[in-house]
Amino acid sequence: MEAHNTLGQDFAKMFKGGVIMDVMNPEQARIAEDAGACAVMALERIPSDIREQGGVARMSDPKMIAAIQAAVTIPVMAKVRIGHTAEARILEELAVDYIDESEVLTPADPFKHIDKKLFKVPFVCGATNLGEALRRIQEGAAMIRTKGEPGTGNVVEAVRHMRLIQEEIASLEEMDNGQLANFAIKERITVDALERVREARRLPVVTFVAGGIATPADAALLMGMGAEGVFVGSGIFRSDNPAERAKAIVRATTHFADPAVLLEVSTDLGGAMPGLEIPVLETRMQDRGW
Amino acid sequence: MVVGVLALQGDFAEHCAICQSLDVHHIEVRTVKDLAKVDRLILPGGESTTISKLLKINGFDTAIMERVNTGMPIYGTCAGAILLATSIDNDESIETLKLLNVQIERNAYGTQLNSFHAEIEIQGVKDPIKVAFIRAPRITHIGVSVDVLASHNGDPILVKQGKILAGTFHPEVTNTTEIHKLFLEL
Repeated sequence: MEAHNTLGQDFAKMFKGGVIMDVMNPEQARIAEDAGACAVMALERIPSDIREQGGVARMSDPKMIAAIQAAVTIPVMAKVRIGHTAEARILEELAVDYIDESEVLTPADPFKHIDKKLFKVPFVCGATNLGEALRRIQEGAAMIRTKGEPGTGNVVEAVRHMRLIQEEIASLEEMDNGQLANFAIKERITVDALERVREARRLPVVTFVAGGIATPADAALLMGMGAEGVFVGSGIFRSDNPAERAKAIVRATTHFADPAVLLEVSTDLGGAMPGLEIPVLETRMQDRGW
Repeated sequence: MVVGVLALQGDFAEHCAICQSLDVHHIEVRTVKDLAKVDRLILPGGESTTISKLLKINGFDTAIMERVNTGMPIYGTCAGAILLATSIDNDESIETLKLLNVQIERNAYGTQLNSFHAEIEIQGVKDPIKVAFIRAPRITHIGVSVDVLASHNGDPILVKQGKILAGTFHPEVTNTTEIHKLFLEL
């Protein structure tokens, strides 16, 4: 393991118990920072806008990302298309703190994800199950998040992915060596990686949830299931009162097991983002990536 | 003895794991009520802006000051060290606890690309230890009655004032127990 990769994994530990918020301009970035976000994700269009407007979604203009870097003191992340090594090199040159190789953007490579071990900047990647998470980690991802279904305000897919990852980790304990080897071949990962997960009973990197989180209760639900922190995309700045909702989700993430706090922060928040049922979607972003 | 690890945000689980490996009874501290149950407190790494806001909302700012002023030992790592400082050079938006007589600069080394590992030598510890500096702060001014226990490239990185210990690095992510042992002896 390269030293910078270890540093990226350890940096992710500093996000734990926190909320990483999508922001589209310096003003939103400051609202997020004031609300207690532990990092911001700079992007030109939040997932719900990408769904509505369509077209190819690419890395944001570096000028916009730089303006956000200048506006806040907390870490700044930004997204690149799946497999788009050149976009990643540009963001590394810009010295963002983390790169999200994200299914929210239109994929650039139909065969391969970015070889993330070649970079000094750390990467976070989405996953829907254990095999996908371990493929990304094998490529050098220093942090994993569920994919969920971005831009829907519908938490069901993030819950599905969290449960799948956990159930598959638990199922490793029941496998004999032959079954473990077969699972490794099927999922294109090493037996060694699987054995380490079986031993530790968890993924080897910090694991957040993302995709469809819209309320403080959504954040608490997933933290209670064992998530180590939360990404909120469209859920904040598509709601009626972003500043208050952002603060509420931060508190709910910390006090996920305290119903009194959850009641307090959930009360009189104004409207959440409208939200979408999964079966009516034209594009399932979670299916992007391989 | 019960060690509390402030569990509002950050790598509190890593500090708990170090306490576990030292066989020290420890609890996560999320409320002022929890604070009353502990004899010592660790402020973990994390995002100092986030933790400072959650400290205030939960009434920890005055509660921790009262406990430390009546003798409770406290140890802050990275974000925790920022929160203990008298003032922050480059950020007035964060309200610190003002318990440790130092000035500190946030993210003094730059972005994550400038994070690094280092072998450091510590006063009172026999062998050098490997620790991580992650978007680390830098102590820029040392006030009266503050002792420097370790430096790196001329910068103080571990300081002590009475029963207050603060480090700008993370021993908890490299499974280093030496600093926690020092803290438990305060």
